[in-house]
Amino acid sequence: MFLINCPYCGERDQSEFSAGGEAHIIRPKQPTELSDDQWAEFLFMRKNIKGVQLERWNHAHGCRKWFNMVRDTSNDKIHAVYKMGEKPPIK
Amino acid sequence: MSKNLRITNDKFIDQTSRISFKFDGKTLYGFKGDTLASALLANNIHLVGRSFKYHRPRGIMTCGSEEPNAIVQVGNDASMTEPNTRATEIELYEGLVASSQNCWPSVNFDVGAVNNFFSPLIPAAFYYKTFMWPASFWEKYEYFIRKSAGLGRSPTEPDKDFYDHRYLHCDVLVIGGGISGIIAAKTAAQNNLNTVLIDDKNKLGGTTLFQQNECFKINNTYSSEWLKKEIESLNLLQNLTIKTRTTLAAYHSYNYLLARENLTDHLSLSEKQNKVRQRLWKIRAKKVIISTGAMERPLIFNNNDRPGIILSSSIKKYIDYFGVKCGQKLSLFTNNDSAYETAVSLNKSGVTVNSVIDIRDKTDSLIVRQAERLGIKIYWKHTVVNTSGYKRINSIDIMKLSDDGNEVVGKKFSEDCDCLGISGGWTPRVHLFTQSGGKLKFKDKDNVFLPDKSELEQISIGSCNGDFELDSIIKNSVESINKFLNINNNDYKNLEIVCSKELDKKNIWLLPSDKPLGKTKPFLDFQNDSTASDVKLALREGFKSIEHVKRYTTTGMGTDQGKLSNMHALGIIAETAGVKMGELGTTTFRPPYTPLTFGTIVGRNVGEFFDIIRKTPIHDWHEENKAEFENVGQWKRAWYYPKKNESMHEAVQRESKAARDSAGMLDASTLGKIDIQGSDASEFLNRVYTNAWSKLEIGKCRYGLMLNEDGMVYDDGVTTRLGENHYIMTTTTGGAANVLSKLEDYLQTEWPELDVYLTSVTDQYATVSICGPNSKKILSKVIPDLDLSDKEFPHMSFKNASINNVKCRVMRISFTGEHSYEINIQSSYGKSVWEKCFEAGKEFNITPYGTETMHLLRAEKGFIITGQDTDGTMTPVDLQMDWIISKKKYDFIGKRSLYRSDTIRDDRKQLVGLITDDPKEVLEEGAQIVSETNKQPVEMLGHVTSSYFSPNLNKSIALAVVKNGKKLKGHKMFVPMKNKTINVTITDTVFLDKDNKRLNA
Repeated sequence: MFLINCPYCGERDQSEFSAGGEAHIIRPKQPTELSDDQWAEFLFMRKNIKGVQLERWNHAHGCRKWFNMVRDTSNDKIHAVYKMGEKPPIK
Repeated sequence: MSKNLRITNDKFIDQTSRISFKFDGKTLYGFKGDTLASALLANNIHLVGRSFKYHRPRGIMTCGSEEPNAIVQVGNDASMTEPNTRATEIELYEGLVASSQNCWPSVNFDVGAVNNFFSPLIPAAFYYKTFMWPASFWEKYEYFIRKSAGLGRSPTEPDKDFYDHRYLHCDVLVIGGGISGIIAAKTAAQNNLNTVLIDDKNKLGGTTLFQQNECFKINNTYSSEWLKKEIESLNLLQNLTIKTRTTLAAYHSYNYLLARENLTDHLSLSEKQNKVRQRLWKIRAKKVIISTGAMERPLIFNNNDRPGIILSSSIKKYIDYFGVKCGQKLSLFTNNDSAYETAVSLNKSGVTVNSVIDIRDKTDSLIVRQAERLGIKIYWKHTVVNTSGYKRINSIDIMKLSDDGNEVVGKKFSEDCDCLGISGGWTPRVHLFTQSGGKLKFKDKDNVFLPDKSELEQISIGSCNGDFELDSIIKNSVESINKFLNINNNDYKNLEIVCSKELDKKNIWLLPSDKPLGKTKPFLDFQNDSTASDVKLALREGFKSIEHVKRYTTTGMGTDQGKLSNMHALGIIAETAGVKMGELGTTTFRPPYTPLTFGTIVGRNVGEFFDIIRKTPIHDWHEENKAEFENVGQWKRAWYYPKKNESMHEAVQRESKAARDSAGMLDASTLGKIDIQGSDASEFLNRVYTNAWSKLEIGKCRYGLMLNEDGMVYDDGVTTRLGENHYIMTTTTGGAANVLSKLEDYLQTEWPELDVYLTSVTDQYATVSICGPNSKKILSKVIPDLDLSDKEFPHMSFKNASINNVKCRVMRISFTGEHSYEINIQSSYGKSVWEKCFEAGKEFNITPYGTETMHLLRAEKGFIITGQDTDGTMTPVDLQMDWIISKKKYDFIGKRSLYRSDTIRDDRKQLVGLITDDPKEVLEEGAQIVSETNKQPVEMLGHVTSSYFSPNLNKSIALAVVKNGKKLKGHKMFVPMKNKTINVTITDTVFLDKDNKRLNA
């Protein structure tokens, strides 16, 4: 069970959060211009990395804010959390 | 109690307070401080159970949580009986009732024992192999197999005990209160760290607690005396919390741990009353020190499972701690020095030790010399090749080992004994370390897996880290603790430690016998009855992975998770397959460490606390008026209001007719309500709904359909424009939380530039809905100063109003197709407004109706319910709701997906109406729809999603999704049921008032 450092509230138990999948997938600004394949790429395709992954999390039972997380999926180590709109602190 | 099996020992056991208990129906006596196992042994009872597969007699083998055999049923009350508890862990209390498991009719005469004679016919995976064919017979086989495999009885009535969950936060958690754990806890607490020390026993001290041997001394006293003073000094430490009788059950990532504290299991039946039985501690520790010790291994040789064969260190604890002799004439069989400690203890207590059989060449350590001085006979380089005695061991056969240890040589000779102590070395308890994600390394010299790498703030110290000798335990523990806590504790630097050092080690996983392997029974997993031959068979049959061998032979799959057996299984597999132990790896250690009761797991979340129950402000009225309730998510919604002797069908027919003939009222408070404010509120709605919102006038309402990005219908509801930058959105009852979180997601992550604020106000407003041709007259009585003319207050509009000076919002919207109003008022006034409307409507026979009637009324109008008529695969086009998709808007959530190649297919399932040929025949929801009756297999074209008997149309109506349904209007279809086929015709989805005349009636 993770201990997550919400960028707005501080350290809280994982049970207060919900995971929202891969981060930095930007919704296309002009979806009508896209082919079926391009739209499908946005809609369905996710990387599911074994290792360091950028993820979206929501402090659902707290401040309800969405934020991003750098997590190693192989050992569950959370390397960093950062606010929406910010650049990932590590590559 | 057999007097001659107890020695005087009042250190740990209060021999003045006698306790009576029952085992297998017989009344027996023990002392306060005994475990059930020690009390049984003191009564000369070794045979306590039958083995799982062959029903062989089995006895107490250990003194702790790793016990594989002595698992018993405790209690005989239908609500408070517990199976699979370890007799070695049950503290004796007045009135304890326990019985053997897995035997019938009794442990002394067990019919199932016949399996033992057929055991050559029951190899590993026998059940899998034999009962596979024919597959359809499995249900019959299973019945008999389950019956003969006794796994204890479950209670048949609800648990009367209660249980707790609590949180615990600490700087340092020390798991295990043996010598190294005590040093760790003391050091941490003395350095101002908030420390918690837990131990599963009722006393701290581990095995050092009763070590009174001159080969193990600290500062010139027995190590036990030294430790006693250390334990006493713990009481002075303010930063230290000690929890005994507390078992660490699970160690998760981020140092999150679960521990079960036993609060009343050791108390007498009367003392237990009204107390919390067990408590689950949810622990977050900044640092964790694991000092869980090691457990002794058995030796694997022919017939090593008889009652009376006990781990040597357990025999030592029974004599030194409990004052119980496990027998009168003992032999000991070992591959290491620890059995000599037992021999010395027994000798000092006046028990005859026949001999020690040691597979090693002669060694000359302190403890061995001590045993020799006491005149104990030692057979060096010998092994036990067989044992005799059906219900209790009575003799052993001994032979000399060859130089390479692979076979036995010379002449076989026998030795009579009533108890055999066995010691195969020590296995560090690394379970918790691996649960936490730590990786193990194999140490060849000691044949043990040890903690290696961990990502967490933790260390392992003492024998669970591979230190088995007193001086190295203390020295290395102190060093690790200092480094881990970043302190410099010199308290233990100048101790004068005497301890016997083991000079030689020898390990043979499977000891040789004078008989071939097929003719012997060397048990590996005592609880699951798997032998060394089973594991070898699995390897011969091609299983290579340790995880596969485990499942095929069931080795290590009992309630003890193979604590005793796993190492030998690994050893034999590695040896047979010719790989190194370290490369083979181990099976996964899964939580819980020992089984938890369901009560502990659920804690207080039982009965009405099982889940949150949400009630509307009008709930009490529904209850007083005898409503039946329906669960909608966590809400209790009035389902229907049966009058005396009325069935559900009759009530719903009456309610539905009344709503259309005169007036009905519905508690709609559960609908999700989201308050939307901000200068971009209109733009936001444009993006989340399929239709256009910018031009909606203030004071007007509009129905909206929300899609997922994949184009599928997600939610629907009416949104009202309250002001220039202010809307109130309603959602479905079940979808409220998800819709809010989805909208927040888009606002925060995709469109942070929008000035919009969302607030859930579901619980803040009560909603009373009045519908029917007389609804206008009723509302005018409730709010006389409101102009209800169609011109001033048309359909799909809203007015601010007040009732007795309490502000409310009135919307003229309709989910029934009738002239209809919804009054939204502060929750606390909900019930009084409801009652006011009911009172005002009495002259019009206003009829309260529930969710069932609401569903029927909307189905007559062909209005969808998301989640019932849609299932996450329906687009608005599939629902024939093309009209709600704005052509002008450039984008909205899900728009692009509406013309993906898959969503523009003609032959998608589409929403249609169905009319049965026989108007009285009501279809079953979920029933399949086909176009032919004579073909097999036939294509399933769709299914019924909503179906009712409409009292207003006096016929059966249904909504359904049918492949290509849009084009099939008027076509005949069939609904095949179990005993008949129902003929139906595809129709329009609107059955009643197609021109919407009733809205303005």
